[in-house]
Amino acid sequence: MMTYPLFKLLIRHAPLLILAMAWEAASRLHLVSPLALPPLTDVARAWFELVQSGELLSNGLSSLYRAGAGLALAIMAGGALGIFMASSRPVNAMLGPLVELFYPMPKSALIPVTVLWLGFGDGSKILLIFLGCMLPVTIGAYNGARGSDRHLIWSARSMGARRLRMVWDVVVPSALPELLNGVRTALALSFILLVSSELIVARQGFGYLIGYLGANGSYEAMFAVVLTVAFTGFLADRVYQAVVARVLRWRE
Amino acid sequence: MSAPAQIIVEDVRHHYRPAVGREVLALENVSLQVREREFLALLGPSGCGKSTLLYLIGGFLPIETGKVLVDGRPVAGPGPDRGIVFQNFALFPWKTVRKNVLYGLERQAMRREEREARAQAFIDLVGLTGFEESYPSQLSGGMKQRTAIARTLAFDPHMLLMDEPFGALDAQTRSLMQGELLAIWEKTRKTVIFVTHDVHEAVYLAGRVAVMSARPGRIKTIVDTRFDKADPEVRRTKAFVDKVDEVWNLVRDEAVKALEKRP
Repeated sequence: MMTYPLFKLLIRHAPLLILAMAWEAASRLHLVSPLALPPLTDVARAWFELVQSGELLSNGLSSLYRAGAGLALAIMAGGALGIFMASSRPVNAMLGPLVELFYPMPKSALIPVTVLWLGFGDGSKILLIFLGCMLPVTIGAYNGARGSDRHLIWSARSMGARRLRMVWDVVVPSALPELLNGVRTALALSFILLVSSELIVARQGFGYLIGYLGANGSYEAMFAVVLTVAFTGFLADRVYQAVVARVLRWRE
Repeated sequence: MSAPAQIIVEDVRHHYRPAVGREVLALENVSLQVREREFLALLGPSGCGKSTLLYLIGGFLPIETGKVLVDGRPVAGPGPDRGIVFQNFALFPWKTVRKNVLYGLERQAMRREEREARAQAFIDLVGLTGFEESYPSQLSGGMKQRTAIARTLAFDPHMLLMDEPFGALDAQTRSLMQGELLAIWEKTRKTVIFVTHDVHEAVYLAGRVAVMSARPGRIKTIVDTRFDKADPEVRRTKAFVDKVDEVWNLVRDEAVKALEKRP
């Protein structure tokens, strides 16, 4: 009974396993220089050392704190802004063009600006992630809220809901599926912005660690951190999707 | 001497303004009076503005010209004195049947146990016992409309505004729901305005049928359609069949006009 699910698990992760084996072989057989691509087993050993020394955890926690704080602010402000824009024509007329102007701008260009404003610490990263992640949420919330069924709005109003109550009870849940889609984009963006800003100016964090280890020639350890970041991002997305499926379980 | 009508519509004109294209005169000088506890059907071809008239009474659309009075006061927006039921059910898809029915009750000052009991009573009334925790997406069309009717009845509005409520249902379900609505109306005796383009449905359900003309909408005539609705065979009697014919003849001219006017 146990073998069957185990077998299925193995099949599902077969591409990853093959990739890992190819990596190990390519390096061990000197098909590529072990300096450019250290063997995976060495990377794994370096990973354990980083965990034992506590470096991975302390830098990881500081990165997660920055990403989490920036993202949380972006979701709250972006969601509110999108719904506000969808519910008020003057607000939309005023802020719509600004949103359109800033949305396509590469937010990594703001790294020096946020450092200039808030220095090398957590503040500048949180601000950058906040600025970079807000607009995808805003646009998702706006589109979702705009699609609210007017019959639902009328129903709530006729049952005695005042305007603000109606927005909370009807417009917000109507906006939720698209808003949550925007949050997923923002989640991926937050990792990109986090690591790139930490690579450039930081004294802590995943990005800092990658840059530091690379500059010192500890390539095994550097790869270990890169893989950790990749896995953390993957895990965050998976957990997020599970949460969304639960929140939106009312849909078919 | 009779009491003044509960709903008074006087010389109402209304334009329909699409997002693109020219505005269209939807209602032209419509006047109508609906008495308390009356079941009135608004009947007309599609696009005649009958739903628009209902939305004006509901307070969902702004009144441009004319007057709409409900219980002697001009309508200035939606309110829980006028419950509405839509063709597309308009249930909150993120709420279960029970939460949908509770929504209107939560907007009133009412103790929790009382709310719950009242919601359950109306869920039972429309025959949805056992489906309290289902989401609308898990229900059939008929069950969705029962939920919508329970939700509206639960907060006890003085009048029911029904916008082609059975239009999205299959023929059998529709016929069953008509019978159930009449039974509920007999029990609760609320004022009902029922919008439909189905002549048979209008004559069967209503005590009076207001026939509307093709666009721009006007009230063409009002036909008395009182029958003994408790008689299960009433729809087969000659008087009923003749009445359906009479109303159908009035509507047919308008339906033809509406077809010709279609761009």
